[in-house]
Amino acid sequence: MAIKKISKVQPEKFEFSKKNKETADSIIKNYPSGKQQSAVMALLYLAQKQNDNWIPLSAMKYIAKYLDMPYIKVYEVATFYSMYNLTPVGKYFFQVCTTTPCMLRGAYNLVDVCKRKISEEENRLSVDGKTSWLEVECLGACVNAPMLQLNEDYYEDLDPTKLEQIIDKISNGEVPQPGSYRGRLSSEPENTRKTLIGNKNA
Amino acid sequence: MLEDKDRIFQNLYNDFGADLTSAKQRGDWQDTKEICGKGREWIINEIKASELRGRGGAGFPTGLKWSFAPKEVGSRPHYLVINADESEPGTCKDRDILRFEPHKLIEGCLITSYAVNAHKCYIYIRGEYFNEGQKLQTAIDEAYKDGLLGKNSAGTDWELDIYIHYGAGAYICGEETALLESIEGKKGQPRLKPPFPALIGLYGCPTIINNVETISVVPTILRRGGKWFSSLGRPKNTGSKIYCISGNVNNPCNVEEEMGIPLKELIEKHAGGVIGGWDNLKAVIPGGSSMPLLPKETCETIKMDFDACVENKTGLGTAGIVVINKDQDIIKCMARIARFYKHESCGQCTPCREGSGWMWRMLERMAKGEATRDEVDMLLDVTKQIEGHTICAFGEGSSWPVQGLIRNFKDEIIERNKFDPIVKKQKDIPYLVDQHLLEKENA
Ligand SMILES: Cc1cc2nc3c(=O)[nH]c(=O)nc-3n(C[C@H](O)[C@H](O)[C@H](O)COP(=O)(O)O)c2cc1C
Ligand code: SF4
Ligand code: FES
Repeated sequence: MAIKKISKVQPEKFEFSKKNKETADSIIKNYPSGKQQSAVMALLYLAQKQNDNWIPLSAMKYIAKYLDMPYIKVYEVATFYSMYNLTPVGKYFFQVCTTTPCMLRGAYNLVDVCKRKISEEENRLSVDGKTSWLEVECLGACVNAPMLQLNEDYYEDLDPTKLEQIIDKISNGEVPQPGSYRGRLSSEPENTRKTLIGNKNA
Repeated sequence: MLEDKDRIFQNLYNDFGADLTSAKQRGDWQDTKEICGKGREWIINEIKASELRGRGGAGFPTGLKWSFAPKEVGSRPHYLVINADESEPGTCKDRDILRFEPHKLIEGCLITSYAVNAHKCYIYIRGEYFNEGQKLQTAIDEAYKDGLLGKNSAGTDWELDIYIHYGAGAYICGEETALLESIEGKKGQPRLKPPFPALIGLYGCPTIINNVETISVVPTILRRGGKWFSSLGRPKNTGSKIYCISGNVNNPCNVEEEMGIPLKELIEKHAGGVIGGWDNLKAVIPGGSSMPLLPKETCETIKMDFDACVENKTGLGTAGIVVINKDQDIIKCMARIARFYKHESCGQCTPCREGSGWMWRMLERMAKGEATRDEVDMLLDVTKQIEGHTICAFGEGSSWPVQGLIRNFKDEIIERNKFDPIVKKQKDIPYLVDQHLLEKENA
């Protein structure tokens, strides 16, 4: 099990924006009536996006009221799933996969770059306060290893130099291109495709 | 080798685009109405004849699973739930279906829903696959617009609505009952079985749960016939399968191949060979991190299907093949996998919650050479105390890879860990929990 830290500094109030209220209401309709609790995960995610990428306790209380469920049940969900940040993270949040398939292809070299260029420790903001990083478990893109997730996008087929360039771009206020950094478009083998030949460049 | 014309996922590498028009050109949504017109029984029998087995890891016969759904809808509605949680290290095949072949999945959902009497289908996608989920949503929207979903889906007279439910980073939610808990808005902790979801599943209603790949091959099987599918591979191990080859190979890739293709062919031909040459191969994890690794000798000959893997004391699992070469430290590799399980245990069962951390800490020390000789036996003992003593199969998933390591590389571990046992055999220490280990030879 993973340990989750809850931020000591907490805002007093939280409320969904008008647009998020609409989104939340439409998500609730995806589930049978009376089963609105099913929407709790989606609503927590909305709250996280609205609140600079982390969920304060006031948002959990708000969502509990919104879905007519006990606060403790929302709290349980928020602390169970790893994607909910319960303490502030960088606006640019690097999640480096280091599980064995990525590790075999040098994921820990990427971790070293993060330590050097972002912050010595996981989950600590960089000097400019914009970025932070974290080691995570398999992100389901193992044939494009090593890889990382930056906010919602995957950056694949990386190496330390390319990661340094990505971090530099972000410090300069640019958003680097997601996807493969070896020019691959999918999970096909590089240059040596033996299948679906007729479809190639169709 | 499978011929290109027999590959189900023609757009695996996105040569054509994933939109509805391209999908239709590839044959998706052709005669869906006629297929459903042949009736539930015909569909289920055809899938049974194809001998399709679930692609989510356990390899359960799909037609049989569907036949467990009550024949008539009673007071409770039926649900179809698609497992797109894909979090098993080494596995990334469902991702390609979601982003490049979404219409195969959606059409499969319609036919399956019809066959098991479901009007609502939830697709549970791991939260990290946000972009893949968006692509699937686009495809679902296209399908609604084209009349392929909704009140009279594809002219079948069947009403079906499909919703995406995002996970939020929990491997255990891939376990089918944890997944249901998660959709219900709870912590993803597995339920005791029985009752099985086919009778008491989502919201207490009959629910059929299948993997993305399983459902996506259904339309093609029904179009080309169960016989065609079962003519590939061998009995009980039929059809084609997407294999993911990662780790120390020259060209890591996903590839759809015939069931039972030799492992060596997958590695040498499709993935460009082991880095440093075949002789540099150390071991292969054949079916995602939960499956015991294979030593090089076995890799020479083994064929990749369900039964051949079991014969070789491992499992096909998700067909996520992780290749490990001799430049790697095998103990470290497995210690990292143990860390994964320690992180992902849901914490309900004591053997799993405590055992997963215990295995990890021991393996970390063994990788550094800080363990005593007798601890190898103790580690094996811990795995045995987890296996078979837990609510869900996570317990097997976390202990099998460690057992595989000890089975094949025990000498290497002992070679590195030469410290004398802390407790000598002669001494009878009343408070020592692991007294029985003192009986072991080298203690
Ligand atoms: C710990 C654990 C994790 C699992 N993860 C997944 C997964 O990510 N995707 C999946 O399809 N099945 C996963 N399964 C298997 C499911 O429980 C279930 O057997 C499968 O979804 C059934 O679909 P199928 O019959 O089409 O294979 C997992 C099982 C366990 C015990
Ligand atoms: S075996 Fe592990 S993951 Fe499965 S229910 Fe028990 S504690 Fe949870
Ligand atoms: S191990 Fe890194 S994506 Fe799977």
